[in-house]
Amino acid sequence: MRHWTTTQRVTRIGKPLVFVSGLLPLLWAALAAFGIAGQQLGANPVETLMDHFGNWSLYLIIAALAVTPIRRLTGWHWVGRFRRMIGLFTAFYVTLHLAVYALLDQGLAIQPIVEDILKRPFITLGILAWTILMALSATSLMAVRRRMGKRWQQLHNSVYLIGILAVWHFWWQVKKDITEPLLFSIMLAALLGIRVFWRCQRTRSARTSAVTPATHGNAPSM
Amino acid sequence: MLIQRPSDIKPSEITSESVYLSRRSIVAGLAASALLPSIDANAAALPRAGTLADVTKSPLSTNQPPNSWEDVTGYNNFYEFGTGKTDPARNAGSLKPRPWTVKISGEADVTGTFDLDDLVAPYALEERIYRLRCVEACSMVVPWVGISLASMIKTFKPNSRAKYVAFETLYDPEQMPGQRRRVLTWPYREGLTIAEAMNPLTIMAVGVYGKVLPNQNGAPMRLVVPWKYGFKSIKSIVGIRFTEQQPETSWNMSAPREYGFYANVNPEVDHPRWSQARERSIGGNSLFASKKPTLMFNGYTEQVASLYTGLDLKRNF
Repeated sequence: MRHWTTTQRVTRIGKPLVFVSGLLPLLWAALAAFGIAGQQLGANPVETLMDHFGNWSLYLIIAALAVTPIRRLTGWHWVGRFRRMIGLFTAFYVTLHLAVYALLDQGLAIQPIVEDILKRPFITLGILAWTILMALSATSLMAVRRRMGKRWQQLHNSVYLIGILAVWHFWWQVKKDITEPLLFSIMLAALLGIRVFWRCQRTRSARTSAVTPATHGNAPSM
Repeated sequence: MLIQRPSDIKPSEITSESVYLSRRSIVAGLAASALLPSIDANAAALPRAGTLADVTKSPLSTNQPPNSWEDVTGYNNFYEFGTGKTDPARNAGSLKPRPWTVKISGEADVTGTFDLDDLVAPYALEERIYRLRCVEACSMVVPWVGISLASMIKTFKPNSRAKYVAFETLYDPEQMPGQRRRVLTWPYREGLTIAEAMNPLTIMAVGVYGKVLPNQNGAPMRLVVPWKYGFKSIKSIVGIRFTEQQPETSWNMSAPREYGFYANVNPEVDHPRWSQARERSIGGNSLFASKKPTLMFNGYTEQVASLYTGLDLKRNF
């Protein structure tokens, strides 16, 4: 094991580990739904499930957006290998969150769902975020990425928009206590802010290098 | 150097702590016996815990099956103990429901500070099984034990200027840790028109399921107004004031567009952010149960619709 390369460590240990961890919130929901191992969904199980999947969607979108800053700040480039898996788990939990809403909360009643999407701004935002996320998931395969060329990066830059929509959706949904949406907003602002900062730096150094050609490498993506 | 002066108060003259701490109830008791004509001096005080005796059934009760004790006492909105639904059951242990006094003030002939037992004891305890509809679109059926608010109010002899009744919850961040954060403007305030307060459905609850009200449900005494959204039914009341002007109410102060003074259950007037047309019944294993339609005035139209004739319920939501 000691002579394994980083790539081997990532694919043989890292990825299975992240994959199993990613299923733990689903496992909890399953245990609680059947009251196994002392886990309970409580007096309002639909609300508990919806909040559970919604919260995990938010944690994961924040984690996905943290990959690039962590990579750049620590130099651990292998962290980037987990980005797609984190992104797909985000899409998975957002879909479950939506499924609980549509199936269990609304009982698949089409009219109230359509009314909600059109009339309730926080639900409109949520549906919009989910739709974009589905587009990103559908184009997440390496083969598709190659075929799409430059347009792939343009499409996948909308992950920032998804982050904003998700936190906004949460903010508009809470009744009064804004502590949690505020925490997510701060994290999101930090993760987006550091990118803006880097971009400004890059533009400045690009301007300098236009005068004295320097040896800047490829600008990191995302 | 320590200069000591002999104490001019003998230890025997110092009021003991227990008497000192209960001074309000002693004063209130004197006031009550002097001012409340209908109070039966021999009326037994309410028990501090356990089962409430001599509870009669009420014809105003619904025959729907009540929610379990666990639901009723474990899933609550009581921001004084945290904003999560399970926070109150976890945190309300710090509330001391006795000794407890209630200050009666404003446009009434009988005002002053009264001990809770003196306020409640003269009246027959009734079980009232009521539907409770939360503004967040969920509902329960709760077997309250309480007294008619109308009979309590009559004792205070409100005068002709008393158009409204304002209620106030205890403010004490030591006992109510949720008040350390300014989620709402403390103390919690609610109000009713005098006609709403005098309606036979309106009660002051002191118990649930035949037992003394648990802290998380608003001990020792809370309002229950079953045709209005839950937030109107103010908990742990320490003040009742009769006013000529419409009183300020907590949720209305915090979000006037979302929570009105009346807050009658109304499936046709949506909350700006969610529909009020349907509701989710709280109750074990309702994971696959569908929502049910919300009824006008929470199903109490017959008893309360006349209170609002001529009032535009869309504007006065």
